[in-house]
Amino acid sequence: MAGTTFAKGGIHPEEHKELTEGLAIEVMPPPRQVVLPLSMHFGAIAQPIVKKKQEIQEGEVIAVVEKALGASIHSSVTGVVKAIEPRPHPTMVRCDAVIIDRDPAAPPRQYESEDWRKLSREQLLARVKEAGIVGLGGAGFPTHVKLSPPPNAKVDTLVLNGAECEPYLTTDHRLMLEYPEKIIEGAKILLKILGIKKCLIGIELNKTDAINIVNKTAGQSADKDDGEVHVQGMQVKYPQGSEKQLIYSLTKRSVPGGGLPFDVGVIVQNISTTLAVFEAATMKKPLYEKVATFSGRALNRQANLQVKVGTLLSDVVEYLGGTKDLVKIVSGGPMMGFAISSLDVPVTKTTSGVLFLNSSETDLGEYGPCIHCGWCMEACPMGLAPKEVGLYVEAGKGHLTEKFGIFDCFECGCCAYVCPAKRPLVQFARLAKIAIKKRG
Amino acid sequence: MTYKPEWAVSVSPHIRKGTTTAQIMWTVSATLMPALILSIYNFGFRSLFITLVSVLSCVVVEAICQKVMGRPVSIKDGSAVLTGILLAFVIPPGVPYYLPIIGAVAAMFITKELMGGLGYNVWNPALVGRAFLQASFPVAITTAWIPPQQLAKGVWDVFLSPGSVDAISTATPLSVVKQFGMTALTQQFGGLDSIYWNFFIGFKPGCIGETSALLILLGGLFLLMRGIITWHIPVSTLVSAALVAWIFGGENWFSGNPLVHVLSGGLMLGAFYMATDYVTSPTLKSAQILFGFGVGGLTVLIRLKGGYPEGVCYAILLMNCLTPALDEWFKPRRFAPPKAAPVAAVK
Repeated sequence: MAGTTFAKGGIHPEEHKELTEGLAIEVMPPPRQVVLPLSMHFGAIAQPIVKKKQEIQEGEVIAVVEKALGASIHSSVTGVVKAIEPRPHPTMVRCDAVIIDRDPAAPPRQYESEDWRKLSREQLLARVKEAGIVGLGGAGFPTHVKLSPPPNAKVDTLVLNGAECEPYLTTDHRLMLEYPEKIIEGAKILLKILGIKKCLIGIELNKTDAINIVNKTAGQSADKDDGEVHVQGMQVKYPQGSEKQLIYSLTKRSVPGGGLPFDVGVIVQNISTTLAVFEAATMKKPLYEKVATFSGRALNRQANLQVKVGTLLSDVVEYLGGTKDLVKIVSGGPMMGFAISSLDVPVTKTTSGVLFLNSSETDLGEYGPCIHCGWCMEACPMGLAPKEVGLYVEAGKGHLTEKFGIFDCFECGCCAYVCPAKRPLVQFARLAKIAIKKRG
Repeated sequence: MTYKPEWAVSVSPHIRKGTTTAQIMWTVSATLMPALILSIYNFGFRSLFITLVSVLSCVVVEAICQKVMGRPVSIKDGSAVLTGILLAFVIPPGVPYYLPIIGAVAAMFITKELMGGLGYNVWNPALVGRAFLQASFPVAITTAWIPPQQLAKGVWDVFLSPGSVDAISTATPLSVVKQFGMTALTQQFGGLDSIYWNFFIGFKPGCIGETSALLILLGGLFLLMRGIITWHIPVSTLVSAALVAWIFGGENWFSGNPLVHVLSGGLMLGAFYMATDYVTSPTLKSAQILFGFGVGGLTVLIRLKGGYPEGVCYAILLMNCLTPALDEWFKPRRFAPPKAAPVAAVK
């Protein structure tokens, strides 16, 4: 199988997936306390509906978004609300959070399974909304909104993103290996909600075991009433899992700048999200547990862990035996993840992994002047000119960079990755966007 | 309140490819060493000493400029060393030792540091150095040739003399062609087959590092394999030079000898090492091909119709002037741009 790929650019970073790809998902014992930030999704910050000292059951709603775009938040443990106060947040620095002390005596909540085929698409969509599911690839866009495209959009294809093109991360890989039936069922639930018949699962060719098992499962459970689910192998190239690149790779359709996937008739969902949809639809289980890769060579033991949302990284690090020579902590993958400055940050719904990098894995050196090698322009999957944007920003003229198509830049980091002068080209791109918006 | 994070924080990406600017510069410099060794064999240790003086002057001049201008001193990035080697490679081996020092001032101070340092110069510094010397010392730069295989022939004494080595002056193939025509070339350098062979290996009078097409080709192929340069500029330069030489180089049209032109003078060195300079050549491949065609065409045009026997230096400098325009005209093709162009793009 040759594998499909996107139109231009892209890079081949070292994968580092060997650290965790062979490790089965391990359930981490629940921590003494969880910190649940009120913003774990794209949209408005949720409003708490619980009070201090209130007793809370596992899976109970603790915060909601009433009118605006957003998603409900559920308690991940049974216990007592200790406080509602600002706490460190992986991307927002600080954010109000509900802190819950776990009752060590409380047994884990059990869920009963039922046949989703008996439910209508409205009932299924309501369950997705009630479960507080958001896009788990990183952006955290509320899934029930994404599954309700405007009526004029002619969606015909559901794309499941199994590319997992970020180095180190093996979460989706393990989920596909260990729960292929749930993912295929989840895909069929999504097809039913969308009222369409075609689903493509794109998986990079470095995960042939996942391709084989998902393909086999899809074949065995094929039922023409459910629609078709196809698995498609894709070349191992970053950023294969980026929405526009993925859609092009699988369908050869190009989402225009400023457009959304449904403009070309596609809805994209992440593998983890699909699993969460399955659990919500069949068991009414809310999203409060997350499988994430904890990797990086500074960690004494790497693992794919199923953790409670709200578990502090300090608890995870303790569970994994501590760190040595730790220089940088990254929430997410090394290409697009956020560096975090404190272990008091909790695992959120959108945490796909946390990397603990040592001094040999990450480079903290200075950057030099642009030598115009043009490697950034070859690497850019959107066909932009990162070096020019960088020079404009350095000269204080970031507001003039719109002509380079700066708003098409989704900050994949290919340009900065290849730059021999180690220039912070993603930072320059962000500064350029800010400069343009300021001049508005 | 200042908040000091316990661990490093920075904007993504958090991993980088290994290649650095310094690695590129040192690699390019290293691939020039075979040509230098042949030059020592050909023209004696004077080649080595001129090169050392040139490299040292470039490094010192750049360091002084950076100190005075309050910039970080960037000797370690190897770009001054590379410029020093290239400057020595395009001047004759028999020039006085103070010439490369003056050339280094023109290259590093005027062309590079005054323009803003690495990445901001419009012209190739080594070639401006050479052009500056040609304008200031026209006699030395066009006559201080040494016949090849001196070291092999055991000629030792003249190579340390401080002035021009005019005692054993000879002429380069291109100046023979310029002054006396192709027939004189074959009389002086043997039959065409012997000319091709000797020019390809590098046994001919010429500038320190430009004589061996073979060694430059090998160095260039290594750089191609390592992805440091791409084929676009060298190939388009050589092809256009050959074409123009073939069309206009003979007594009648379409009767010139392209191979003699390609193997002569600094064309090989220019095509693989000078025209491919990242800073002074266009970034996009399509623009690079046009750039290369300009370099090759102008080179042979200057050789055939201009006042100088050799034209690579000026051809590249002229095309360097066009680089900003080429970068402006040739933009990468975007993947799925917005359907309605942003206002700024229309303006």
